[in-house]
Formats: sequence, structure tokens, C-alpha cells
Amino acid sequence: MDPSNRPLSPHLQVYRPQLTSMLSILHRLTGVFLTAGLLLLSYWLVSAAAGQSWYDCAQWFLTSWLGYALLLGFSYALFFHLCNGIRHLFWDLGLGFELRCAYVSGWLVVLASLGLTGLSWALGLLFGLGVW
Amino acid sequence: MSIKTPAKRVHGLGSAKEGVHHWWMQRLTALLLVPLTIWFVASLWYLFRASRAELIDWLSGPISCTLMILLILAGFYHAKLGMQVVIEDYVHSRLWHTWLQVKVTLGCAVLATACIVSVLKLALGG
Repeated sequence: MDPSNRPLSPHLQVYRPQLTSMLSILHRLTGVFLTAGLLLLSYWLVSAAAGQSWYDCAQWFLTSWLGYALLLGFSYALFFHLCNGIRHLFWDLGLGFELRCAYVSGWLVVLASLGLTGLSWALGLLFGLGVW
Repeated sequence: MSIKTPAKRVHGLGSAKEGVHHWWMQRLTALLLVPLTIWFVASLWYLFRASRAELIDWLSGPISCTLMILLILAGFYHAKLGMQVVIEDYVHSRLWHTWLQVKVTLGCAVLATACIVSVLKLALGG
């Protein structure tokens, strides 16, 4: 019997978008995006080890507008994946499966990831400008 | 050609002997990455504008060097496990599937090694 001829359960497009499903998809997307972020981390570390001129080149790129935009994207993806990952770890312990709880924790993840991104950039710019 | 269903064919053969290893390693690395990423982001506040000499000075400390290598190991392992599942779920062509799995697995191994060598080179002498 060919498995591909069997009836399939309805797929994504027939369902109304909900917070829970959107966060689930975003968790995957940010995970894949952060894997690309590891390429940038590798580039930065290898450049630093390669010598001064390579490091200067990497720093020039990272402090350019494109570099800042990438870092902003990676920092939000990191905080989202971190917060939602902690939510997943609670689920692994069997906690927080009630519908209401899943929505409350979902909104908490949205707020916390945005808040942490804002906070880390505010502190980062403060430190970077030598204000501290 | 057999008319047996796939379920019938595997019935009684036992498990694939891998059990929950993938699931478990994904959770362990996730747990490790929670404090490590918070520490790394906090370090970036200092490192972002740091000169190469300051970076070398920072990595020469045993704690930051150890945590940095742990972050690299756990980060790349976690990324490999996650990407593996994404490819399993969405790439159905056998050739592409195998090609991407090989690329992700070897890519993570090569980059993680390059990162660790770089960290050690900086930490042990610039």
C-alpha cells in the first residue's frame, strides 16, 4: 500500500491563525535564523584570531548599518527563542498545558522578548557610548 | 511488492534503538544555553566596541574562555539537532534531504571546531 495515497489531515492553510500556532512557527523560524547567526559568530571569532586587519574588517562590518540591522534581528530572534524555549521546557515537565495558561505564557513570551531586546540595546548603547 | 502496510512490516521488530536520545540532547543543550546566552549577551555590551587587545584580555580569563567554548559546543549541537528536524519535516526529496543533512552536520562540526580553535588561539597568546 502506497502511504502517499492515504487521506491526510487538514493542513495549516485551513486553520484560522492563532497566537499559539503563530508562536510555534516563529520558534522554528527564529531557530533557523539563529543557525545563520552562528555563521556570523564564527566569522567574528575566526577574524579575531586571524589578526588585527581581519578583526578591523569584521568590526567595520558589524558597526555598519547592515551589521546593526543584522544584530538587531539576531538579538530579537535570540530572546524570542530563549523565552519560548523556556516555555517549551515547562511543557516538557508537563506544566502549563491548560488553554488559558498556554495563552498567558504565549503573551508573556511576546512581551518578554520585546522587552529584553529593548533593554539589552538600551544598555548596550549606553555602555558602548561610554556613558556608564 | 508486498501488500503489507508499513505498520505491519515493523510490528514486532522493537524500537529503532535510539530512543529519546535526540529529544534528550536537545533539552539538555537548551537548558545549558539558557544561562550561557544571557551571559554572552551581557558580555557583548562590553565586547561590542572592544579592541582586539581587549577581546584577547577578556578571553584570557579562565571563566570567560570556558563559558565561550561551552556556548560554542552547546550552540552548534543545539542548532544541528534543530536543523535536522526541520529538514526531516520539510525536505521530502531523498537526494536533497541527504545532501542537506550531511551539509548541516559537517558544517556545524567544521564551524564549531574553527570557533574553538580561534577562542583558544586568542586565549593562549593572541
